[in-house]
Amino acid sequence: MRNPLSDKVVTIKPSGIRKFFDIASEMKDVISLGVGEPDFDTPWHVRDEGIYSLEKGRTFYTSNSGLKELREEISHYLRRRYQLQYDPLHEILVTVGGSEGIDLALRAMLNPGDEVLIPEPCYVSYLPCVVLADGVPVTIELKEKNEFRLTKEELLEKITDKTKMLVLPFPNNPTGAVLRREDLEAIAEVVIEKDLFVLSDEIYSELTYGEDHVSIASLPGMWERTLTINGFSKSYAMTGWRLGYICGPQKIVEQMTKIHQFAIMCAPTTAQYAAVEALRNGDGDVAMMREAYNQRRRFLMHEFKRMGLKCFEPFGAFYVFPSIKEFGLSSDEFAMRLLEEEHVAVVPGTAFGECGEGFLRISYAYSIEALKTALARIERFIERLRAQG
Amino acid sequence: MREQILTFLEKNSKIDLQELAIMLGSSEVVIANEIAKMEEEKVICGYHTLIDWEKTSSEKITALIEVRVTPQRGQGFDSIAERIYNYPEVQSLYLISGAYDLLVILQGKTLREVSSFVSDKLSTLDSVLSTATHFILKKYKDYGTILGKQAKDERMLVTP
Repeated sequence: MRNPLSDKVVTIKPSGIRKFFDIASEMKDVISLGVGEPDFDTPWHVRDEGIYSLEKGRTFYTSNSGLKELREEISHYLRRRYQLQYDPLHEILVTVGGSEGIDLALRAMLNPGDEVLIPEPCYVSYLPCVVLADGVPVTIELKEKNEFRLTKEELLEKITDKTKMLVLPFPNNPTGAVLRREDLEAIAEVVIEKDLFVLSDEIYSELTYGEDHVSIASLPGMWERTLTINGFSKSYAMTGWRLGYICGPQKIVEQMTKIHQFAIMCAPTTAQYAAVEALRNGDGDVAMMREAYNQRRRFLMHEFKRMGLKCFEPFGAFYVFPSIKEFGLSSDEFAMRLLEEEHVAVVPGTAFGECGEGFLRISYAYSIEALKTALARIERFIERLRAQG
Repeated sequence: MREQILTFLEKNSKIDLQELAIMLGSSEVVIANEIAKMEEEKVICGYHTLIDWEKTSSEKITALIEVRVTPQRGQGFDSIAERIYNYPEVQSLYLISGAYDLLVILQGKTLREVSSFVSDKLSTLDSVLSTATHFILKKYKDYGTILGKQAKDERMLVTP
């Protein structure tokens, strides 16, 4: 029989967190701090709107770009929250989660050999999606000493004649790092000078705990060079609804819409109706959840400090990224032993790029009670490691 | 800050103050002082326990009684309200807009106890015009808490 597989696909490595999932699933009393989604249920009025749309028999396709009223609400929202101007008719595409937007953007924009800069540690999708789109991923190693922010110097160092795009995933999963306006301005300067495009994944934009999030597309000269990805998963606790959107200049959105049209047709209709309600009446829910995450974040930071676990203070998303370098174990070993010995699941930093070595991603999308139990186990574990020297 | 403290205490009055201080980015002393002040000002009126009595062996019956009254000159509803709320079996008493005036929430041990309260004590008050008694059959949710249901985390254990 002939080889049934695509060589390109075969070269892609499966996600590194799979084995933790498999082992943790077999254990009985595992406490997981390894989840990358909110612990809140979708607000009831939003779920209710989804149910209502089903009751009304709205079980048809929507237009490829998404419901017009949803695109209009998205347009209002982006203007109101981030001073972004996108025309709902031509510059917004509703996608199946933010993830589809990543894939669409790369496929619509890359030619074979184009280089895409990816700051790491980062979410697991960018690199394989670049490869699938025939691009060449070039990673930029972010540093703990910079609080995992991307600096102008780091960016300049990796730019070549072939560089076409920069992926900008902030607030960041897994580090929780955010970029402030001045950081973005420095990056924008380089992007414009070197004639690059930016794929700005802002899915955690509502979850910042200091200054409000700034969208790079709102900076002078950046709108025409930026694709902005956002969605409902994190801000409205709607992960399972699979709904996001990507916005940008019409020229690019048109081409992405073609791929979306042929591959997906349209995002789930029920989810789109629910999302209209979320954008219209969900500000209070977002604020409530943000406040709850912030309280847990403060609690975790305090506890890590007390245990003497080194961790920079993150101001975004719902992750902390403590360093475990003092223990002389790799992230993978540490996470595996923590799982086996104390039944606490965390994700090793290396799942998000090699430079995540020496770090763990710990999610605080959990109740304070769950965090307390897990932290007690982690403390017991690290004290044992320290005692063993 | 006050509002944040109250939001926590309303859900969990037993919360550890040090923990609360950490979560609110404040200090234990500040929080404790604020709570003491609110107790003094009667913003905080008490610390109670939410009990699902159905899970115990003790028999309890709760009634909602709608009461129409004639307000008294110079007193409005306050004086008749006082006469009613002084009965220890009255759990809550609200002045209500709409078809009736006062809503009495009454807790008794038996149906007879409740009905004798209504016929002997409530209806005989001079200014009471009429009453309508409703018995609670089942409590699904009380004080923002869904009773009897345990939330379960059904998320996958590890996701990117």
